[in-house]
Amino acid sequence: MTNTESILEMYDIRKEFPGVLALDDVQLSLKKGEVHVLLGENGAGKSTLMKILSGAYVKDSGEIYIDGNFTEIQSPAHAQELGIGIIYQEFNLNPYLSVAENIFLGREPVYFPGVIHWEKLYNEAQAILDSLNVKINARHKVESLGVAMQQMVEVAKALSLKARILIMDEPTASLSNNEIESLFKTILHLKKQGVAIVYISHRLGEIFEIGDRVTVLRDGKYIATKPVNEITREDMIRMMVNRDLDDQIPKVKADIGETILKVENLNVNERLKEISFELYRGEILGIAGLMGSGRTRLAKTLFGAETISSGKIWIEGREVSLKSPRDAINAGIGLVTEDRKSEGLVLDLSVKQNISLPNIKKFIKAGVLNFNKENAVADEYITRLKIKTPSRNQSVVYLSGGNQQKVVLSKWLCSDTKIFIFDEPTRGIDVGAKTEIYQLMNRLTANGAAIIMISSEMPEILGMSDRILVMRDGQISGELSDLEATQEKIMNYALGESHEAAV
Amino acid sequence: MKQLFNHLNFDQMRQFGTFFGLLALCALFTILSPHFFTTSNLLNVAQQSAIIAVISVGMTFVIITAGIDLSVGSVLAFSGVVMASVLHAGLPIPIGIAVGMAVGFTCGLVNGMLVTYGKIPPFIATLGMMSIARGAGLWYTDGRPISGFDDSFRFLANGEIFHIPVPVIIMIVVYAAAHFVLTRTKMGRYTYAIGGNADAARLSGINIKLYLNIIYGIAGLLSALAAVMLTARLNSAQPIAGIMYELDAIAATVIGGTSLFGGKGTVIGTLIGALIIGVLRNGLNLLGVSSFIQQIVIGSVIIGAILLDTNLKNSKK
Repeated sequence: MTNTESILEMYDIRKEFPGVLALDDVQLSLKKGEVHVLLGENGAGKSTLMKILSGAYVKDSGEIYIDGNFTEIQSPAHAQELGIGIIYQEFNLNPYLSVAENIFLGREPVYFPGVIHWEKLYNEAQAILDSLNVKINARHKVESLGVAMQQMVEVAKALSLKARILIMDEPTASLSNNEIESLFKTILHLKKQGVAIVYISHRLGEIFEIGDRVTVLRDGKYIATKPVNEITREDMIRMMVNRDLDDQIPKVKADIGETILKVENLNVNERLKEISFELYRGEILGIAGLMGSGRTRLAKTLFGAETISSGKIWIEGREVSLKSPRDAINAGIGLVTEDRKSEGLVLDLSVKQNISLPNIKKFIKAGVLNFNKENAVADEYITRLKIKTPSRNQSVVYLSGGNQQKVVLSKWLCSDTKIFIFDEPTRGIDVGAKTEIYQLMNRLTANGAAIIMISSEMPEILGMSDRILVMRDGQISGELSDLEATQEKIMNYALGESHEAAV
Repeated sequence: MKQLFNHLNFDQMRQFGTFFGLLALCALFTILSPHFFTTSNLLNVAQQSAIIAVISVGMTFVIITAGIDLSVGSVLAFSGVVMASVLHAGLPIPIGIAVGMAVGFTCGLVNGMLVTYGKIPPFIATLGMMSIARGAGLWYTDGRPISGFDDSFRFLANGEIFHIPVPVIIMIVVYAAAHFVLTRTKMGRYTYAIGGNADAARLSGINIKLYLNIIYGIAGLLSALAAVMLTARLNSAQPIAGIMYELDAIAATVIGGTSLFGGKGTVIGTLIGALIIGVLRNGLNLLGVSSFIQQIVIGSVIIGAILLDTNLKNSKK
């Protein structure tokens, strides 16, 4: 089953989390001195696979061979011993310690236990850095280094641990072009020394420049492994997204009416750039894009929770200033946040109290809460949205994900919302409740409301949207009508980079 | 009885538990001392508990927002001496009280602004105010108490209406009002929402800064009210008054079931908590237990209540 030139073989790797099969019989093989690109959408299973390889997760089943030997990776420390190093997007460095101290943290050379041999520490660290051909002084503090150099310190740290397999998670995400060039030089250098590199990136252009082979994952499944020089950019995108869309999504098209929201040249710091679009009554406007492309920030900005640098927003033809969520709520906007538990609900409060929260003035008469009215309205939404709860006084913490999401929806329904912003509306919700949420969206648009729906799930975006905007790097990189939209086209816009750049 | 309990959630059960704890304590002291269960002694307990109980109301609001106020004792002393100086200047009682209350409210408001606009953790902001208000009171009086007031002022401590001591009436009125605010007004609902999940509260359109300022202001205001009660009782406003009161108030609040993590709690619970501390002090005094040992007992009760709380909750989840 093993291959002599391969350093790592992973077979039939399976990992299940409550309600999600994150990895379903996935395989991966690494050869000495290759850069192996791991490709897939958000949630395809790349991170889970790498966490298993680096010992952070334990697989449910499957087999791993290192140098042809069957191996059970038991812990991050064990993975380190086996020569597996991982460099996360977020570095694990102490900024106030020197480069050398960071490289040898916990393994400092000593005269005798407890007394550090500083000369040896600095010399050894410097030797590793020099071998990487990077100009970093081992005595300098990490905080004095730029992002690219900090990344080099991480690489040096991994090498000091004798890493033979190095996992790099989106290493170029925050680097400038020059820095990327020097990173690639270092990677080539490592290849020559026989280090195998697992390279995770969404930048397809880079893959052609640096990669040897590509393994594609989709929805936790292994799709294929191919040499980079045998496939095209289009092949890659197809493999990433080419899933069967067995149309379970009960979209009902509503009549599209006049413009309800208009955004013009919206800028937020450097995070959102020149965003312009219109939203119509009865419409579901899908917003696709990779994580970090600015989708959630756009949602928060439209809800008054981010400071707008410049740009104009009109609602029903009137220019509005959205300086706080209160402004947005009064203007008829409701935000169903990505994370219900941390941003959508006050978990200790009851179903009833959460529903009335954004618009409690409705239930106040002469300064006093009218419990009868509040109860009646809560009961009405519990019935209308079929919220499964023993009573309106139950704390929402005890409700299931789908029912919690319905409570969030009730909040905005109760506040006379005209523009609903859904950020990942069905994340962590079981299939049955998902369908109910979609049906609710249909009912909202049928009644003349408009919906902005941010989603990472292609079937959801394609199934529910009347029109799709794709975001990348804080900008709108493409717009597609529901008729022309395909998974490939969305992915193409989300990944950016023209064909020419890739060649 | 069993059916009744089935309808209660954990927090309501918790409140009953605290109440039964208070009853059990009373029963114990009734058995151990013939002097405990008499009308005069029980009114005495209520009267002695009233000052801490009033301060604890403000503390409860603040703790429900997931904050803390360490300055209540110092603010009591400072607003007390300012009020006393106004009264000694010959101004009418209502004006003296109003000035004292204004001082307390302002101190609380400063706490609130430090927390909301200064973004300082409540522990640190109010720790600073604890020192500042204490120093201000001492500086203002040169460290000397201001003593001797009209009988009409002292009525606030020694008077009775329908045989009920005035401090007890003040306490009952404050608790009734606070209970009403917490359960039946917008501000009460927002207090829980802010403490339960500030992000969700903000994204529900709640002006968190405004409400936190009001709440810290109220805590200061109630400290000033306690200053009125204490000054009237001692016939003296002392710049060293109220030392360690913050700890009693926190203890009463926490024994009463308010979560230090915020989002949960009732003033009824706090009242029971304040009475438990009062009954313990009184009962142990009647039994001749030294005040040193009393401190050990009260500390143990606080820890015991929270241990029970945490473990019951964990076993339920």
